[in-house]
Amino acid sequence: MSWGGVDTALAQAQRGRRLSARRILLLLGFVIVLLAAVRWATGTPGLTSSGTWGATLRLAVPILLAGLGGLYAERTGMVNIGLEGMMILGTWFGAWAGWQFGPWWGVVLGILGGTAGGLVHAVATVTFGVNQIVSGVAINILAAGVARFLSVIVFTGQGGGATQSPQVASELPRLTVPVLAGGELFGWRSPDALGWIERKGWFLVSDTGALFRGFTSEVSILTIITLLLVPATFLFLWRTKLGLRMRSAGENPWAAESLGVRVYTMKYIGILISGALAGMAGAFLVLEAAGIYREGQTGGRGFIGLAAMIFGNWRPSGVASAAGLFGYADALNLRSADAVHALLLFGAIALALLGVWYLTRRRVFGGILALAIAALLLLWFAVTDEVARQFVFITPYVATLLVLAVASQRLRMPTYDGIPFRKGEQVS
Amino acid sequence: MKRARLRIALLWLLVPVSAVVLAFAVSSIALLAIGENPASAFRSMARYGSQANSLVSMVNRAVPLFVAGLAVAMGFKMNLFNIGVEGQYRIATLLAAAAGAAVVLPGPLHIAFIMLVGMAAGAAWAAIAGVLKVKRGVHEVVSTIMLNSIATGLGAYLLTNYLRKPAVGSELLIATPPIADSGRLPALAVIAGEDVRSFAVIALVLGISVYVLIWRTRFGYDLRASGINPDAARASGVDPNRMIIRTMLLSGAIAGLIGMSDLFGFFHAYTLDLPVGLGFDGIAVALVGLNHPVGIAVAALVFGWVDRAAQILDLEGIPKEVIIITKGVIILSVVIAYVLVRRLVQSQEVKAAAEATRRLEERREEVAA
Repeated sequence: MSWGGVDTALAQAQRGRRLSARRILLLLGFVIVLLAAVRWATGTPGLTSSGTWGATLRLAVPILLAGLGGLYAERTGMVNIGLEGMMILGTWFGAWAGWQFGPWWGVVLGILGGTAGGLVHAVATVTFGVNQIVSGVAINILAAGVARFLSVIVFTGQGGGATQSPQVASELPRLTVPVLAGGELFGWRSPDALGWIERKGWFLVSDTGALFRGFTSEVSILTIITLLLVPATFLFLWRTKLGLRMRSAGENPWAAESLGVRVYTMKYIGILISGALAGMAGAFLVLEAAGIYREGQTGGRGFIGLAAMIFGNWRPSGVASAAGLFGYADALNLRSADAVHALLLFGAIALALLGVWYLTRRRVFGGILALAIAALLLLWFAVTDEVARQFVFITPYVATLLVLAVASQRLRMPTYDGIPFRKGEQVS
Repeated sequence: MKRARLRIALLWLLVPVSAVVLAFAVSSIALLAIGENPASAFRSMARYGSQANSLVSMVNRAVPLFVAGLAVAMGFKMNLFNIGVEGQYRIATLLAAAAGAAVVLPGPLHIAFIMLVGMAAGAAWAAIAGVLKVKRGVHEVVSTIMLNSIATGLGAYLLTNYLRKPAVGSELLIATPPIADSGRLPALAVIAGEDVRSFAVIALVLGISVYVLIWRTRFGYDLRASGINPDAARASGVDPNRMIIRTMLLSGAIAGLIGMSDLFGFFHAYTLDLPVGLGFDGIAVALVGLNHPVGIAVAALVFGWVDRAAQILDLEGIPKEVIIITKGVIILSVVIAYVLVRRLVQSQEVKAAAEATRRLEERREEVAA
């Protein structure tokens, strides 16, 4: 009897997961159709051009890396507010090594710089038991100071100064897929099939073509590595023994300890990986996005990464979706003001549908809120011609707050996330 | 008993002392690493920092830090992490400056009006995080981080689109219109060419009020009780949700005053030159000051002095940025030392309690015999 019960529960769980994967694909398809429709109705090609998608990818990578960094730390139960500071260390060391020894060294040193920040956080919070938020805030202050100090010493008089480095030559390989996006194949310039489709301007077909072209042309090797990190993170944390032990430190450290898991070690690993990924995000900003270190270059992306992690419900695929969404908003903001305005219409339609769906599910608060925001967006779209830049800047933060306000009951963070753990002391 | 207390007090004093010693050590290493003589650097800092105008500047720099520290400590006292002081004070200073420029009132009224607008704006911005926590269970650290960034964007939008002074000619200054003379505070005194800003007096009153509120009133007792043991506080009839909202409102209102010293005493308008990052510095000052108004005042003065005294380093060809590291090390070592000392104190207290119990048992046995 009981075995049968377990079987059904397991089958249900598996069915649920398969269904949700299909649902995600469906949702993605729906988004593209809706975007294509809005593009067609408002006449703003910038909304779905391959350039926009390419920029989306480039802007999403640092957010994704920071978000994954947050994920590793919080899955072992450690909050990492210091991501921003670790990213700053990544930018500085990435720029310095990139300038001195070449781009690959920039990547390596950037990662090591972030890891060093992670080590400080780990020693303070795990070994000494300092409050995790306090330590994170201190690291953010300290990292900014260290970067400034080192810049003054190293970059001044070398073509840089207190707030920026000399130009960093970036020769990291970029990949363009032959035939599809017109990449070179043994010296032969292959046709750009997707580009041809995109230029035709067909409804939906060209939009889809542009999407694929954006993801297949001029893609940095770092971007590819980052994208591979998403499934790798899932497999590592959910399919390996070490991953299970790390997560157990975040779900219930005392139970894990009683089963012989070395909780402190797990937390150290989580925080060090967290710092490494934040450092890599910094290195990406320097080597791929800017070609130079500038003070304030991270621009709060560590915090956006944190937002992406929450938005993505502490799951790798969720973090990736959220990073993509935030990157898309950034890309539109950078490239075309019309498209941002058209995005208001997209948001209004999407939120209205979501609101109706919530209401049929009897989730009154969320439904009414979504409908109200949809109405506001529609009004905004109707009475204005363009959207101020600052609003796009705050979009990720507002979206995260709204998700938290509406769906915080449905979010599932690690149970003992942020709760201090001392060996042998059961608290709470 | 008295001796045990003295020992515990001395242990607590160890926290700031060890932090400062460690910070000096690390800064010395940093200076040595770049080939400078730490002793001569510290000596010239001490010489420059002890001049009269440096001491005035120290106080002027310390006042906003002190207010920021108070705002943060208010939340810390009941385990609320108001990371959002930064956003609260920036929104508040902007709105207060704009409102202050829009009206002309008799002197003290004008000042009071600007301060009230600042406090209301700060409290309102903080209240969003409080309501989200109470009604929707959103952790205040996450919401205040988001609200900080939203405040930056929203502030820039409001300033450039609505609150900006109309440009005269080709002037590109982005600022609110200047506040009329009635809304300015004259200097308390001028010492060696430096204004002693009058807002220091208001900050002092504020510090005393916070002390009285937290340590001498029923509300403060409930607040501290909720911080030390929320379950016990709830069992004794303290409504945790109400406490959260009230504390966030108070913390935000104090945060609304952080920018006032600079506004009343120097800038007289919200400009992009106003110091930023004071909210985060406030967290540092509150931590170093162990969340007590007196400690916060000392910490703010120390930070203010280091800031001022370091200005001389550039003239000697030493990058003054070394003091940012000094401050960072002070913060990190204070929080680590704090945890270590708290554990020591707790074990001392446990020992003392065990000793007292044993004596009581002995006496009981004697009486029984």
